[in-house]
Amino acid sequence: MSAVDLTQFHKTFFEESREGLDAMEAALLALDSGSTDHELVHTIFRAAHSIKGGAATFGFSDVAAFTHVAESLLEEVRSERRAVEAELIDLMLRSVDCLRAMLARSSSGQPVADADSEALRGELMRLASGEAAVATVVAPKAAPANGWDIRFVALPHLLQTGNDPLRLFRELQQLGRLEVRRAFVVDRAPARLADLDPSQCHLGWELRLHGAVARGDVDAVFDWLDGDCELAVEAMAEETPAAAAEPAPAGVPAATPAPAADPRPARETAVASSEGGSIRVGIDKVDALINMMGELVITQSMLSDIGENFQLSQLERLREGLLQLERTTRELQESVMRIRMLPIGSVFNRFPRLVRDLERKLGKQVKLELHGEHTELDKTVLEKIGDPLVHLVRNAIDHGLEMPAQRKAAGKAETGTLKLNAYHEGGNIVVQISDDGAGLNHAAIVAKAQQRGLIAAGQELSDAEVAELIFQPGFSTAAQATDLSGRGVGMDVVRRNVRDLGGSVGVRSESGKGSVFTIALPLTLAIIDGLVTAVGHERYIVPLTSIVESLRLRPEAVRRIAGGGEVFHFRDEYLPIMRLHRAFGCADAITDIERGIVVVIEDDNRRVGLLVDELLGQQQAVIKSLEAHYRRVQGVSGATILSDGSVALIVDVGGVVRLGRRSKAA
Amino acid sequence: MYENNQDAVPTLQQLTFSLADEEYGVDILAVREIRGWSRVTRIPQAPAYLLGVLNLRGAIVPIMDLRLRFGLERENYGDNTVVIIVAIAERLFGIVVDAVSDVVDIDPAAIKPVPDMGAVVDTRYLKGLATHVERMVMLLDVEKLMRPEDVETLDAALPAVQEVEVAA
Repeated sequence: MSAVDLTQFHKTFFEESREGLDAMEAALLALDSGSTDHELVHTIFRAAHSIKGGAATFGFSDVAAFTHVAESLLEEVRSERRAVEAELIDLMLRSVDCLRAMLARSSSGQPVADADSEALRGELMRLASGEAAVATVVAPKAAPANGWDIRFVALPHLLQTGNDPLRLFRELQQLGRLEVRRAFVVDRAPARLADLDPSQCHLGWELRLHGAVARGDVDAVFDWLDGDCELAVEAMAEETPAAAAEPAPAGVPAATPAPAADPRPARETAVASSEGGSIRVGIDKVDALINMMGELVITQSMLSDIGENFQLSQLERLREGLLQLERTTRELQESVMRIRMLPIGSVFNRFPRLVRDLERKLGKQVKLELHGEHTELDKTVLEKIGDPLVHLVRNAIDHGLEMPAQRKAAGKAETGTLKLNAYHEGGNIVVQISDDGAGLNHAAIVAKAQQRGLIAAGQELSDAEVAELIFQPGFSTAAQATDLSGRGVGMDVVRRNVRDLGGSVGVRSESGKGSVFTIALPLTLAIIDGLVTAVGHERYIVPLTSIVESLRLRPEAVRRIAGGGEVFHFRDEYLPIMRLHRAFGCADAITDIERGIVVVIEDDNRRVGLLVDELLGQQQAVIKSLEAHYRRVQGVSGATILSDGSVALIVDVGGVVRLGRRSKAA
Repeated sequence: MYENNQDAVPTLQQLTFSLADEEYGVDILAVREIRGWSRVTRIPQAPAYLLGVLNLRGAIVPIMDLRLRFGLERENYGDNTVVIIVAIAERLFGIVVDAVSDVVDIDPAAIKPVPDMGAVVDTRYLKGLATHVERMVMLLDVEKLMRPEDVETLDAALPAVQEVEVAA
């Protein structure tokens, strides 16, 4: 048997199949919205074809069988024997979902086929056989014979198409006991050994497959070889009935469709496996890296040249060389980071489908606009931002956009618009989800908040404060969310997820005009620009993006409030002072507020003043995990290594702000 | 309490070190490196025995003072003071000891369980006692050592909880 372990390619197969399914879905949605581009049908067909081929190669016979039925339907569409109808698109979209689930189950090693997939396969078959002018491939499931005699002669180019007879035999073996009755060299083979081209195949086999196997299953094995071989399949001659009932050899477990397992573990495993996944990197990015590396080598040789025979007159050249080294290193760093960056389009792509499904379910009309799909985000951020975005989009359609009749009455177009936009702003990536719906329902939100005891009755709130309420934990639970015309289905979860990524989320809303949710995310999780501060003997890094201002306070600017808290006046508001030396327990720190420096930091529009001894300067900090060898520490988001090799902790601004606000409230 | 721990000692080579005039041993396979004392960065909200973290070729590694961990008097660090970097399941941490002595072979059959010494000595972090050239060597349970106390408290409470579950 083949010495190549096929399992090593499984991961690639799953990734490519998922991409194929995404492409299929996108093309189906384009067809659904009335496009008549014939190329779309080809795209769908090609994707299905590749998945089928891959699934058959890697022995996922259930996936292959399912895709096969779908593909034959598509083939009819492609050859214009069948019209593109809503029913077909619907069925195909459901098939895409089903295949995704099947692939997820295969990747976690669970039984692949379930009741759903079998039912859907039946539906596809019915559509294919019921209406199609030519319905050849759909074979009855019941096995008519005790086995099959197969004559299989490879055409010379069989191997070049990537097919391997051994794989075929292995697949047949999974269907039943396979007996090779004769293997022979075909007549057209060159007579002299010297003329033999090793990339060509001149072999043929006579095989006998024992067991009650459906003809369709046998055909499915060879389906991928259409045009690459001569094939004859006949019902087995009735001469060895005894062998018919023999089960498949023990070493090759038959792929039996099992009843639906609990889908949950499958999903979890799939998620887990995606975390350690791979990245596809564009050649241009790799080339840029190689270029940079070349420059680095040149700079290095120049510097070692100077160093070998150093004279004071070369000082200027040394300085230049070091500058160049710094520049190249920085560029190299950026290029390496860019490898982890992927366009946000891969997340946006799932929304056309989501919007379509929600439209149907809720009876609303939604026009989805996507902007800035090419904006790039760190892979880790990208993987984790999907769910919060889905949540926001769902909310916008469910609660934000009104029913067509309502919109008409309000003098708006019946079709609502939902806009997703991604762009760079400062050191952040901003993702905006805006709708032109009814906006936040202030009265309902306030009523709900009072009912939940989040605010006191009769409390006056500004618009911003009302909007902030929907992010409060316990504001809304999923079960009760639908009675409320406002928003807030698990918005606290959205905020928490975004915060975990080092980002922030906020909302702006205008009654009757719509709402805009804005998510700001860091470009990368690995490096931050930080301000190095000193507190006693320790150094702490404060992320630059969250610093509003640093200032020295006059004694009279500080007010002490009852309970020991300290506040100071800053731009029309009183901010609590958070003594970092007290929070982190540093000895020998400056305790006089007037002698230290107050760094105003901001998180989610909330600010506190952080008291430190002095500012030491700005530095790019490569974030190292404390948890890798220790554990999470409150108020600290990680550690970094300073230029002298010592360790400095990075202040977790969100955590510190919450800590500061709490101590003020206490 | 540790009768069965002989089986858990896969190797017999121990790195021995001294701490408050006593001889301790740590499994040589767990030792990654021995280095001199250098300043560490303090960690907020950490127990007193956890001195802080240091940079070990890019990894942020916590360092604990074994004297403090055992409830002994703190000693000023001198030229002999060393940090032994140990690894358990790819997690690194360092222990500060008075001085490193030797690498010795211990006969697993000669390892004795730790007797109950009452409140005088904290025996929770010992795997057993061994004799080498007429001297007693206390074998350190590195894994226990690096677990935070709250986990230990939880672990201690676990059997009781399980009993309740069984009863219910």
